[in-house]
Amino acid sequence: MAERVLMKGNEALAEAALRAGCRFYSGYPITPQTEILEYLSTRMPEVGGFFIQAESELCGINMVFGAAATGARAFTTSSGPGYSLKQEGISYLAGSDLPAVIIDVMRIGSALGDIFMGQGDYWQLTRGGGHGDYRTIVLAPNSVQENVDIVQLAFDLADKYLHPVIIASDAGIGQMMEPVELPDFVEEDRSKHDWWRAKGNTAGDAKNTHKISNVYYKMWDPNFCEQIGYTDYPTYLKDKYKAIEENEQRWESYMTEDAEAVLVAYGSSSRVAKETVNIARAQGFKLGMIRPITLWPFPVKAFEEAKAAKVFCTVEVNILGQMKDDVEAAVKHRVPVGFVGDFFEVPDSDRIIEYVKEMLK
Amino acid sequence: MIEIRFAGFGGQGVLTTGMVCATAGMDLGKNVTWYPSYGSQMRGGTANCSVKFDDKAIASPFLKNVDILCAMNTPSVDSFQGELKPGAVMFVDSGVVPEDYPVRDDIKVVRVPVNEIAHKAGNPRGANLVMLGAMAAHTDIFTVDEIVKAVEKFFKKKGIDNPKNLECLKLGAEC
Repeated sequence: MAERVLMKGNEALAEAALRAGCRFYSGYPITPQTEILEYLSTRMPEVGGFFIQAESELCGINMVFGAAATGARAFTTSSGPGYSLKQEGISYLAGSDLPAVIIDVMRIGSALGDIFMGQGDYWQLTRGGGHGDYRTIVLAPNSVQENVDIVQLAFDLADKYLHPVIIASDAGIGQMMEPVELPDFVEEDRSKHDWWRAKGNTAGDAKNTHKISNVYYKMWDPNFCEQIGYTDYPTYLKDKYKAIEENEQRWESYMTEDAEAVLVAYGSSSRVAKETVNIARAQGFKLGMIRPITLWPFPVKAFEEAKAAKVFCTVEVNILGQMKDDVEAAVKHRVPVGFVGDFFEVPDSDRIIEYVKEMLK
Repeated sequence: MIEIRFAGFGGQGVLTTGMVCATAGMDLGKNVTWYPSYGSQMRGGTANCSVKFDDKAIASPFLKNVDILCAMNTPSVDSFQGELKPGAVMFVDSGVVPEDYPVRDDIKVVRVPVNEIAHKAGNPRGANLVMLGAMAAHTDIFTVDEIVKAVEKFFKKKGIDNPKNLECLKLGAEC
């Protein structure tokens, strides 16, 4: 067993990215994710990789686009306002079938908001965020250890689907310290892939095409049509998203089987939701929790298990209850879905219990 | 479950004290969480962090029923004594919190002249370690020996080997 070390979520995540074989990072500082840059600024050169503090978030994401297009394992990080600036780049990554990892350590509010913990980016994260007809895989860790484990998964999923993958962290997970076991370094041999991204001109899947095109005009390109075909392009995309929805739903169910009410929460708020379930159970109140680990694809399969539940309630650090829509769709609008949430802090467990009991009346 | 709040002026080392405390807990094989107040704090402003210890997995890293408050100044007493559960222990720096300062009567207050002792130990920057020593003596979160070992390890990792740090802990434990 590896030694347990006490690490901050942001720093553990940065170290885990290196151990997952990532050797390219470009980003721009913003609280509460700046520790990631700070850590990588010294650590990345030690492992022979490239760390670039870009002049802006736009530059950060577009350097990642460039690195991904040459086959590199690449990632960038930001928070709230900075994450918004990256949307164009993420849309282009999706439109170009490029694997990359983007991390949003969420803070509170729209506009500049504030630097405190929040979960206000749910809609932006899960609905695409940039222009066009795309979505990204979104993974939401809820502990420092899971921050570590999920980075490897994020890079692997990005490669598997040739698609950008988002990690939805938040200031709570990023700023807190917990003991972690770090995995060993993975030797990531990019030449094992036969994509043009890794092989350039010699790639098996590219034939004569080795330019990256992120405009759909490429559909008129005879070389491109040879590979996929103009009319088949939408089908290719639809199949990709369908496969992700079918294969990649991830969640944690906690005492849901006999639960008469089920909380739904991710990230920092799922930690308080779990505490709430423990308190409720000690009082004899059958509460459970579903914790989506993938925010997209949303784990609708998890809700099939919670058969006894008469009500569901999301717990979030925002004021609009952004995840409520997804839960309502997952339970097919058959039972009421409530929401407890606020700015700055995760709602107190007693308040959550009181709210849910009121819902059951 | 033990819930601890460390609070004081920015620059006083309260975040580090919490970190040393959490490391000690981890070394004892416990589950621990450490959560800082962060943001636009500055030297001289307020800073605090929360630490949880448990043998079981810790669900929430946020404090709810606080067992111990370590208050290094009067604003920290004002802000955080209210969240203590009855019977909790509040450690205060008696050099800055006057003896007649209003405190709750359902908690135990331990007054520690941290700076005076740190100076006596020849380690004026070791006031927080004095406090940790006092915490070891007055609570059962860890023994004096355990915190001495944890502190030694903590600073060794940083390449610091200062016997006066341990002196601070030991003198604190005598308070």
